[in-house]
Amino acid sequence: MELTMLMYLIPSLLMFACGVFGFITRRNLIAILISLELMLNSVDLNFVIFNRFLFPGELEGMFFTLFSIGIAAAETALAIAIIINIFRSVKNIDVKDITKLKF
Amino acid sequence: MESLGNIVLYFAVSLIIIVFSVMAVKTRKILRAATYLLFVLIGTAVFYFQLGYEFLGAVQIAVYAGGILVLFVFSILLTQNPADDTQALTNHRRFVGLLATVFGTAFLGYALYTMPFVEGISLSDALGSSDVNMQMIGHKLLSTDKFGYLLPFEAVSVLLLACIIGGITIARKR
Repeated sequence: MELTMLMYLIPSLLMFACGVFGFITRRNLIAILISLELMLNSVDLNFVIFNRFLFPGELEGMFFTLFSIGIAAAETALAIAIIINIFRSVKNIDVKDITKLKF
Repeated sequence: MESLGNIVLYFAVSLIIIVFSVMAVKTRKILRAATYLLFVLIGTAVFYFQLGYEFLGAVQIAVYAGGILVLFVFSILLTQNPADDTQALTNHRRFVGLLATVFGTAFLGYALYTMPFVEGISLSDALGSSDVNMQMIGHKLLSTDKFGYLLPFEAVSVLLLACIIGGITIARKR
């Protein structure tokens, strides 16, 4: 039995699907952020898989993933700063209750 | 031919990834969702190790499992009582979410299945024709040649500085 590219892409696809489902259905801002991390992670995994199976001599997919991990860390830190600030003014982080700017 | 250990590892890790990503979006306790996310991230790191990118797996564990997860747990404990359940999903929202997920997955799965160049390459072939060592990564990261990454490297360092300043400015007490 051989481990092919498709076998690695399938868990990544299901991880992305879970991320989409959580992003649409969740109401809590931190839960939405967790779903977003799932989607980001599956895309990172895809970059590495394509790099390994299609261009094993190159390192482009690996570097994309490396920078993407760094940018994801920065993005999460800022998002959590914003969420904590929202919690201070609204006392809640449910997206239903954050309607101050709503027209 | 793949070794038996590699195959067993692949199936165990992909099962862990699938089960825990479903649980991370289905559980109603938010701290548990963060814990399940940790297992998914570690499973991804194991895939990186298995695919031959040891440095990337180490970075994944250090940055994601070590850094981002701690931030998540901090913010969860700061903003809500971890014993509380989040609200149950309404049927309408669940229906919309499931619809988008099922159609998206079917579409992407069809695209994967019909992809012309997907067969024929096995992991052992791909691993045999390259080795990624630390020296190569360091040279590429700091070179200005055709496949050099000095400019994105510096841009990310500026981005991280901006992120530190922005995080302090947004979250400090006035």
